[in-house]
Amino acid sequence: MAIQDQELSVFRAIGKNDKKAIESVYSENYTLIQNFVVNNNGTEDDARDIFQEAMIVLYEKAKQQDFELTCQIRTYLYSVCRRLWLKKLQYARRIESRVENFDKVVSVEEDLEDHEKLSLQYQNMRTSMGKIGEPCKSLIEAYYVHQKNMHEIAGFFGYTNADNAKNQKYKCLVRLKKLFFAQYKNG
Amino acid sequence: MDQSQIAEVVERYLKGEMDAQEKMAFEEARKNNAELDQSVVEYHFFFEEMGRYGELRRFKSNLYDSHHTLQENGEIKELQLSAGTRIINMWNKYRRVVAVAASIAGITALFISGIITFFTPNRPIRDIEELRRKVSNLEKQSSNQRAEINNFKTKIEPGADVKFGGTSFMVDQKGYLVTSAHVVKGAKRVFVQSIEGIDYLAEIIKVDLTTDIAILKITDEDFKGLRQLPYGIGKSKTDLAESVFTMGFPKDEIVYDEGYLSAKSGLQGDTMSFQITITANPGNSGGPVFNKSGEVIGILNARQASANGVVFATKAKYIYSLVDEIKKSDKDENINLKAASTLKGASKPEQAKKVQDHIYMVKVVLS
Repeated sequence: MAIQDQELSVFRAIGKNDKKAIESVYSENYTLIQNFVVNNNGTEDDARDIFQEAMIVLYEKAKQQDFELTCQIRTYLYSVCRRLWLKKLQYARRIESRVENFDKVVSVEEDLEDHEKLSLQYQNMRTSMGKIGEPCKSLIEAYYVHQKNMHEIAGFFGYTNADNAKNQKYKCLVRLKKLFFAQYKNG
Repeated sequence: MDQSQIAEVVERYLKGEMDAQEKMAFEEARKNNAELDQSVVEYHFFFEEMGRYGELRRFKSNLYDSHHTLQENGEIKELQLSAGTRIINMWNKYRRVVAVAASIAGITALFISGIITFFTPNRPIRDIEELRRKVSNLEKQSSNQRAEINNFKTKIEPGADVKFGGTSFMVDQKGYLVTSAHVVKGAKRVFVQSIEGIDYLAEIIKVDLTTDIAILKITDEDFKGLRQLPYGIGKSKTDLAESVFTMGFPKDEIVYDEGYLSAKSGLQGDTMSFQITITANPGNSGGPVFNKSGEVIGILNARQASANGVVFATKAKYIYSLVDEIKKSDKDENINLKAASTLKGASKPEQAKKVQDHIYMVKVVLS
């Protein structure tokens, strides 16, 4: 089936972290996944976790320049959720002999391997951030996560000017980098 | 060049902020200095990871927001199901029997509830007021004045949209606070203010809308941690007519109030909360409900709009459940709750005096 232009543009928008696109994909697909998970020995919370992880996989793929969407977003999300959920069931040793199919399925094995690598790296950074302590953590988050500019950050954290805040930011980054690489080698 | 200078230079290089001349000089220096080159490679990788980390955090927060928006709009409905392993096994075994039984029960229940709805007089669906407080200009002014008098620099930037206030209380002296989820709803940033009038920046660690509990953590560098908490989070049973007290911030100053436990369930038989008879006002939301031994038995969250003095509080045991959830999902947060209270037998004024240092006003910045 040919993928419609609109579907592709939504997919690209997801890669750009577009809130509207996220919300529309969310509302169109969540119930399907919820029914699938809840009907296969899962809880509401499982459903939410699985769905959000699948959304992250979709986002990672949408950011990847050489990835081409060959099926509908719905089919892709469902396939990822199905794979993730089956894996979790096996892991928890409560394998269902038969999992009902709610929708069409495509192969997502490779995509999930990529995703696992990326989420390990994310986890590394997260752990390092957890170790760095304050005010470094908030300062770095303000810049790299919440995208505040140095001027705002200076005011917020009580530095006399943006340059001071910037110097502090780089000092924090040196420490974070050390923690990150220590973590990276251990992990 | 020391490490932090290298970090700065590499970041500028990666962002393309260097002009042609500077760029050439930098590349030249890299060629001639293997150590520098190695650092640059490392920082390059590190900054890429940092960027990805930030992007993914923003994406996750968008996911989280979408989920809540859709839930509020009713586009996502929660299915009522509980699933323990045993239940699943039984379910698989007796699926058919259960299905038949359930449909009979369902039809009966529908029939009965139909009759009940038919014969019950109409009542307003939302006969309840949440007790978060709109911070009026006047109050803002008075807190600004006090901040100036005490010569504290307020950390909330001028012009910030401080919309709602509530109360929170410490559950772990490392800086973990509990408040009502609706108090911090929609917050971009949260500050808590101690009774001395000092603002601390806080982070929302976990929110549970079902029980209306939120856990905050003071992340401010100025926060030094407190002495041991005098009170515990109660696990013991509560009794009808037990006397209770609360402290909170319905105005810019801490207010004490006393009452009694009037029902063991909340609005329309809600078993997650109980009912107390006490004077509570907007701003009391999120405040602790203490029993006479000084144990926290609940978190104030709402009052019935149609009846005076009828207030609801979420049972304290749900704090334990929420903290367990945090422990499961986030190893970085180490919250220890204690059940024992050292306030047993103390007089009310003594109890209030010891408790008040651990109660904080919540200020929510929406933009």
